[in-house]
Amino acid sequence: MAEPVILPFEEQLSSTVLLDLSLLTLLVICGLAMVRMRRLFGVAMLSGIYSLLSAAFFVSLDAVDVAFTEAAVGAGVSTVLVLSGMALTSRRETPVTRQRKFLPLFIVGIVGAALVYATIDMPAFGDPNAPANAYVGQAYIERSPEDIDVPNIVTAVLASYRGYDTLGETLVVFTAGLACMLLLGAGSIRGGRKVNDPQPPEAIEREERGDGDETVLSDGPR
Amino acid sequence: MFAVATVAVIVAMALVLARAILGPTLYDRVLAVNSFGTKTVLLLGLTGFLTGRPDFLDIALLYALLNFVATIAILKFFRYEALAPVMTGDVPETRAEDTRHD
Repeated sequence: MAEPVILPFEEQLSSTVLLDLSLLTLLVICGLAMVRMRRLFGVAMLSGIYSLLSAAFFVSLDAVDVAFTEAAVGAGVSTVLVLSGMALTSRRETPVTRQRKFLPLFIVGIVGAALVYATIDMPAFGDPNAPANAYVGQAYIERSPEDIDVPNIVTAVLASYRGYDTLGETLVVFTAGLACMLLLGAGSIRGGRKVNDPQPPEAIEREERGDGDETVLSDGPR
Repeated sequence: MFAVATVAVIVAMALVLARAILGPTLYDRVLAVNSFGTKTVLLLGLTGFLTGRPDFLDIALLYALLNFVATIAILKFFRYEALAPVMTGDVPETRAEDTRHD
């Protein structure tokens, strides 16, 4: 089934390797700047830039759907989430002592080395003899025009071959969203507080207690 | 030609990234993120044509829309210190009505 196909690898890669290299260089610069920076707003902005860069990198690796998720979640939603979380804390990151820096660096180094070690086993990028391209993928490409009669193979796989899987995923995501809305309360959609609320501290305390009661109540039926 | 344009866009991305890292004020950084999104859209279009598959152009358009929404959200955060103007009681009623449905 896995007949050797010889593709012009050098010719394909040489035009985009420089692009990939420059994108990865920008990613490294961006990540180092995020580590160095102490103003949290700048870090949030840089994380948006990081997401956009990695989305461009994913597109250059032909993973368009992953890239789009990265751009939507990373650059859009998580930047806003980080900003609204920053509104609740301080604007600057407090410096950490040198002893507390060492253990995270050690763990990150170990995990990074393990990940790099895991990539050694992986087939080369775009290798036509890789398992992902050889067995099931080949069958999908050959059979989906007759089986499903949909021009897009990804659509055929997602909606027909793995239809129950996709239905289950949608159900899980829907249930998670529903549970979040139940936990946070309907007021969180409006922003949690009425517009004309006064600001005395006892009112805020009362409201926080109210939120806590609501959480407990909605946790029971779930 | 597309290769030269891609190199130019990469250089522009590096410059914008430098502005986002160095930028003294917050608005420099917001503008840097916004124009970085624009550069990403341009880069996607250019790489599509560079590799001979301009099918990803619609995805680049969606990136442009996303970039717009993200910038609006960031600026709204600036204006109200939250995504909904609910923290203080002295926000005008009309403005509160405008933003409540988000």
